Amino acid sequence: MLEVADLECVRGDRRLISELSFTLSPGELLHLHGHNGSGKTTLMRAICGLIRPTAGKVFWNGEDSRKLGEDFSRDLIFVGHKDGIKADLNGVENLRVACALDGVSIDEKQAWDALERLGLRGHEDLPTRVLSQGQKRRVSLARLLVHRAPLWILDEPFTALDKAAVDYLQTVIKNHVEKGGMVILTTHQEVSLTRGHKKQLRLGWKGEGDV
Amino acid sequence: MFEAFLTIVRRDLILAIRRRSDIFSTLFFFVIVVSLFPLGIGPELNTLRLIAPGVVWVAALLASMLALERLFSADHDDGTLEQMLLAPQPLFILVLGKVTAHWLVTGVPLVLIAPLLGIQYDLSTQALQMLLVTLLLGTPALSLIGAIGAALTIGVRGGGVLVSLLVLPLYIPVLIFGAGAVEADVSGLGAQGHLSLLGAILILALLLAPLATSAALRVSAE
Amino acid sequence: MNSRLINWFKFSSPATFYPLAGRLVPWFGGAAAVLIAVGLYMSFFVAPTDYKQGEGYRIIFVHVPSAWMSMFIYVVMAVWSGLGLVFNTRLSAMMANALAPTGAMFTFVALWTGAFWGKPMWGAWWVWDARLTSELILLFLYIGFMALQGAIDDPRRADRAGAILALVGVVNIPIIYYSVTWWNTLHQGASVSVTKGSSMGVIMLVTMLIMAFGFWAYSIAVALSRVRSVILERERDTTWVAELAEVRR
Repeated sequence: MLEVADLECVRGDRRLISELSFTLSPGELLHLHGHNGSGKTTLMRAICGLIRPTAGKVFWNGEDSRKLGEDFSRDLIFVGHKDGIKADLNGVENLRVACALDGVSIDEKQAWDALERLGLRGHEDLPTRVLSQGQKRRVSLARLLVHRAPLWILDEPFTALDKAAVDYLQTVIKNHVEKGGMVILTTHQEVSLTRGHKKQLRLGWKGEGDV
Repeated sequence: MFEAFLTIVRRDLILAIRRRSDIFSTLFFFVIVVSLFPLGIGPELNTLRLIAPGVVWVAALLASMLALERLFSADHDDGTLEQMLLAPQPLFILVLGKVTAHWLVTGVPLVLIAPLLGIQYDLSTQALQMLLVTLLLGTPALSLIGAIGAALTIGVRGGGVLVSLLVLPLYIPVLIFGAGAVEADVSGLGAQGHLSLLGAILILALLLAPLATSAALRVSAE
Repeated sequence: MNSRLINWFKFSSPATFYPLAGRLVPWFGGAAAVLIAVGLYMSFFVAPTDYKQGEGYRIIFVHVPSAWMSMFIYVVMAVWSGLGLVFNTRLSAMMANALAPTGAMFTFVALWTGAFWGKPMWGAWWVWDARLTSELILLFLYIGFMALQGAIDDPRRADRAGAILALVGVVNIPIIYYSVTWWNTLHQGASVSVTKGSSMGVIMLVTMLIMAFGFWAYSIAVALSRVRSVILERERDTTWVAELAEVRR
């Protein structure tokens, strides 16, 4: 279970998030809303531990995520604005490197398989430099298919994806949540996500908290 | 843990091989700087023999400093640095992997070509050997110390010049003992002391620099 | 928790520190003016002429204390930086920030006076003496620290990056100093020794100490007033700054 307690984040001179608290239990999805610059990305990065919050803590299964360190990052996948893939490596290499760093070893076959399921058939062995923006995004998202981390933090995962890929990704997310995973995501696109346990959080308005 | 280290080293080596021009530009920078000194000072072999160790070492310092800019900035730009920070591995292991690959790609070529440049300066075989040994001990320390500066200046405007301001003063001990060892060896004083100190610096850098670099990376990634 | 600890942390908040610093600045400023005036008077008129070096030696009354200060301030800066990293207090980084220019200035003064002293003594403005060379490298370290702080826009990142650099620098200073000394003795270069050669009389020592304390007071006064402007700049959006009398005017 993820618990955010009294989080406060300051970027430059602006206090983007203050006294924010919420919890996320297994099988729940949290959809972050908010206009540009309202602190969605900052919040996600603070939960991951990339940003040090000025106040407040993030608890993972009851323990301080900063103290857990690597034990927390093992349970987490973060997909940010940047794809996190190397332009000079091909899709398979990128995926295998990313997984090896995450401590999940996959063989070539599994990597090909995951990329194929994301609709990259025939592009797996091209350097990602020559791929389109949407295809790069798919390479980056392929980690979700081979990884077993319970907590997914996805910052605008649908950008640059075409209709088919958006639909597929939605099913992946839905399956993950139904199997007891946790997802935090932002998106500006209208997407129909899981019906079940869905929480919404609006940032940038006066009253912050669950809606 | 070792797996992650190897993954990073292997990845960076593959990337370097696919972009060979980067390796060669550092190497040729080194060659050109060393070759400029006789043109500025004059071709007298006695003078050149005297300044050779210092010249080669200063050029090695500058070359390894120039290459620092690429150490983390590319990873920062494409987001792989973020993923490394979030990987469930001790960050200093990953940093060590990055620095090792960086040294293999930029340091080792310098070490290998240095004897050739020494010949331009009419160094004796004994001096050439010593130059090789000192560079072999010194360049990894340069990469390790330089990584701190590179990590601190990620994404900062004017990062390239800034890195030189931060890193060059820290390189001075390596320069002194590296060039000093060759001179001491040539003058018959024995280079044992210099070499031990160079080794001590390398060990110290190996222990402390990855930690400082990791801390700097976390600060810069915000 | 004892009351003393609470007190310390109370002053680590900019809002409480700002008025305190404001009250302290005139005292330290006054002390600096008096001490430096007395020190200068003593170094010019009271201290005896050195029989070997003549009148020119009197510059060491400025040179030595500023060299002391230049090294000491870097260490203090590193301590503040370390505290800032460990306790995550904003004020520590601001102190480190405020000290750097003063430290750089003393380093520069030490180099400048060293050159003035070296010309009549050694016939050259600059000798590659171990101490002067280390001092020069120290100046580079200060410049690097200030350049890094200046280049980073986000003040929080600038603080922490600067703190890491200051700590790396302070670990390196002994290594650099040792290596430069080694290099210097090996090349048998000129050795500019201040204390050796002329026996240091009691009056000279007292003069030097008075100057050193004057520089101390000056550094504290300047650093405090600089930290006050840093606080104002960083905290300009807070209510306590808006309520300050000097801001409302």
